[in-house]
Amino acid sequence: MVPLWMYLLVAAALFCIGTYGVLSRRNAVAILMSVELMLTAVNINLIAFWRYLAPDNMAGQAFAAFVFVVAAAEAAVGLAIIIAVYRSRRSVIVEDVNLLKG
Amino acid sequence: MDLNLLLTDKNWLPWLIPVGPLLAFFIITLVTNRSRLVPATSHDYSGDGQHPAYPGLGVPVVTPAGRVISIIVGMSGIVMAWLISLRVVGNAFSIEDFGKKVMESAVTWLSTGTTTFEMGVLVDPLTTIMLIMVPLACTMIFIYAIGYAAHDPRQARFFALISLFAGAMLTLVVADNLLLLFVGWEVMGLCSYLLIGFWYEKPSAYKAAQKAFMTTRVADVIMLLGIVYLYASTGTLSFRDIVYNQEVLDALANTPAIIFGGISAASLIGVFLIIGTIGKSAQFPMHVWLPDAMEGPTPVSAMIHAAAMVSAGIYAIIRMYPLLEAGAHPHSGEFNAPLMLMAVVGSVTALFAATIAVAQNDVKKVLAYSTISQLGFMVAALGIGAYVAATFHLITHAFFKALLFMASGAVIHGMEHGHHHVAHAHGHGHDDHAHDHHDEHDVVHDHDEHGHPIAVAENQHGHGHAPAPAKQMVVASQMPGAFDPQDMMNMGGLSKTMPVTWITFLIGGLSLAGFPLITAGFWSKDEILLDGWVGLSEGFGPHALVFICLALAAFMTAFYTARQLSLTFLGEPRTPAAKHANLGMGAVSATMTLPLIILSVFAIFAGFVGVHPDFPLIGGLFSPNREIPFKEFLGGTLLVKPELVPFSIIAPLASFAVALGGLALGFWMYARKPLKAGQPDPMVAILGPVYPVLKNKYYFDELYTTVIVKPLQWFSREVAYVFLDKGVIDGFLHLTGRVFTWLGDIIKMLNMWLIDGVGDGVPELIQRFGGYFRRIQTGSVQQYMLIIALAALVIGIIFALSSGVLQASP
Repeated sequence: MVPLWMYLLVAAALFCIGTYGVLSRRNAVAILMSVELMLTAVNINLIAFWRYLAPDNMAGQAFAAFVFVVAAAEAAVGLAIIIAVYRSRRSVIVEDVNLLKG
Repeated sequence: MDLNLLLTDKNWLPWLIPVGPLLAFFIITLVTNRSRLVPATSHDYSGDGQHPAYPGLGVPVVTPAGRVISIIVGMSGIVMAWLISLRVVGNAFSIEDFGKKVMESAVTWLSTGTTTFEMGVLVDPLTTIMLIMVPLACTMIFIYAIGYAAHDPRQARFFALISLFAGAMLTLVVADNLLLLFVGWEVMGLCSYLLIGFWYEKPSAYKAAQKAFMTTRVADVIMLLGIVYLYASTGTLSFRDIVYNQEVLDALANTPAIIFGGISAASLIGVFLIIGTIGKSAQFPMHVWLPDAMEGPTPVSAMIHAAAMVSAGIYAIIRMYPLLEAGAHPHSGEFNAPLMLMAVVGSVTALFAATIAVAQNDVKKVLAYSTISQLGFMVAALGIGAYVAATFHLITHAFFKALLFMASGAVIHGMEHGHHHVAHAHGHGHDDHAHDHHDEHDVVHDHDEHGHPIAVAENQHGHGHAPAPAKQMVVASQMPGAFDPQDMMNMGGLSKTMPVTWITFLIGGLSLAGFPLITAGFWSKDEILLDGWVGLSEGFGPHALVFICLALAAFMTAFYTARQLSLTFLGEPRTPAAKHANLGMGAVSATMTLPLIILSVFAIFAGFVGVHPDFPLIGGLFSPNREIPFKEFLGGTLLVKPELVPFSIIAPLASFAVALGGLALGFWMYARKPLKAGQPDPMVAILGPVYPVLKNKYYFDELYTTVIVKPLQWFSREVAYVFLDKGVIDGFLHLTGRVFTWLGDIIKMLNMWLIDGVGDGVPELIQRFGGYFRRIQTGSVQQYMLIIALAALVIGIIFALSSGVLQASP
């Protein structure tokens, strides 16, 4: 059986990739995708811990389901905003969206 | 205060008496006295030329409309006061047992913790008598002033001031406590200052005003001490609570005074109050201001000498008499300090002033000294316990002295008129009387315009005409060559040109001299002498002093009255001015003669209320109930009605003798062979070296100048100004100034360094921090997140290290 730390390693790697994407990408869509990666990493953690440490308790699965829902909602809202921004600014580059900057 | 109550309740009515004149004062001063500037003392108001004596000086002059309205307002005020007084007097007579029951009302004026001070009005028999005299005399004076001041540029101001004067006097009369009396007293002092100095262009006038003010001020301060002491000992100043309350009087009489051991508190207070009166009523040795007060317009002289000022002084001690007398029984020969003081001061004053009056040539100065002398009669009478006689003499004297002053004013007026007539005679026709009609001050200043007025020596050399300029400088008090319309040596024969003035002056003069039986002055003086004689016959020293001094003074009074009448009215005119003297025509002169006629009626008939019932033949006629009506009425003021003084034929005989003797001697000397122009006064030869002493008023002015004024001035200049002010106080001030400047410099440095450093440093620091921190805020979300991530990483590592998680794993 695959040991727990391997899952955790994958999850950590995914989280770091996501974090890097969020911090380094200029495209808003890419940032959103990176955020999804980070959420996925969290989900992997939740499922792995559940399976290895508390298989009788359904809380880990339930949390993972909630995270999916939130991630879906976030993607929907985030993409809608990005589309709206694109319509007005003709760009999805975050540095260009600086109207509120003093 | 309910207004309706004020008019219907007779206890409240006296409040209204002083209101009229006081209101008139404010209305005239604030509203109707509309004025514009014209050259000083000019009687030609229309031109804009400057008066030669006062280049560049202007005086405000009331417009004709303002003048007329002011006169109406002033007259309305005093007439209102008079009518209300009559009403109050009527009410007073309708009260049964008046004296025990009085009209009084008071309001709380000052609450001081547990005690309250009440101000109010009181009408008792004494007040009633004053209310008969004062408003009547004031009204007459006001009427007279319409004509007298008709050509004065400041007539409105004059009416305002005499209204205030009258209002203050009426306040004093109706006051129910010593403090309110003192208020009226002081306001009168102020008014007399303003009125004596009414013609303030004349140096002699403003000096006289200052003299009057300063002299009375000295006395008033001492009187105030007495009032304060009285309040401190009894806790009240109400007349009713003090003089109508035997317990308070006994308590005061039995308490030793705080200073001057040996006399009682009552006596000390009494002495203080009497000193106030000595100043106010011009008694020796504070008499010096009153003759100088003649610088004021004549109605003011009448006001000061008859109706108001000097009467107020006597009124105050009559009012407080039970306190002064507390612990003594003058009728049985027991005297205390206040009574002795009054007896001595009064007698000395009466005699001493009468001797000065003998040698005066100024028609008003004679009357001034005669006033001092007569006031001395009243004070002396109070000193021997002749309470009723003193009050009686106060009233009769007020009438005949007001009459005499106004008549003398008419004489002066007539003389000026005659003088202008003469001065203008070659230039103008004889029919320009209307604008020739001037006042004294005009005359005094105007004569250098006219060139060559008639200068007559008024000094003791008695040289008559003195045309040489050098002589004039000596003679004329104001200006070179001034004609003195007040000098009796310039008069003579006025009975022909001014008959009404002559008759009324004669009545007033006879009353002053105490012409037997038919004049008021006789009865009141006789009553004082009777009191003195009765005491003398029982062997009391003060009574003897008073009787002898007053009899001598009365003799001299008669003598100088005869002299004045003869010099002024009899014989032939001694100057052209006297030949043409008259009052002029029309309403102006009517307003001047009418008061004379009215007052002369009182100068005769006012005496008949005070006839002793035992007086031979006519005693029973005037005093049928074995009681003097005046005394019967006035006695209610006192707790114990004074007893009827037993009649003695000696006193009226003495009165007869001194009055008739003095008059006879005076007329024998001056009327038998009237003085011709330039002839010296026979007094000079008879009195010899004494005459200059009398003429110069015993050198009291010089004495005071040397003993008091000069040292005071030296003290003020050398000690107070140079040493104290310049040396000590200024030195101290300069030192203080230097110290504080130095201290200020230190504080300033501290301020710059510390306070400013902190004050400026804090904002600067904040600004610098702001500058640093603003760089962090880029607006780039990703940067923020990077920081957050790094921070989370660092925190995580620290947490991991410190919790030992890493070490724990195998």
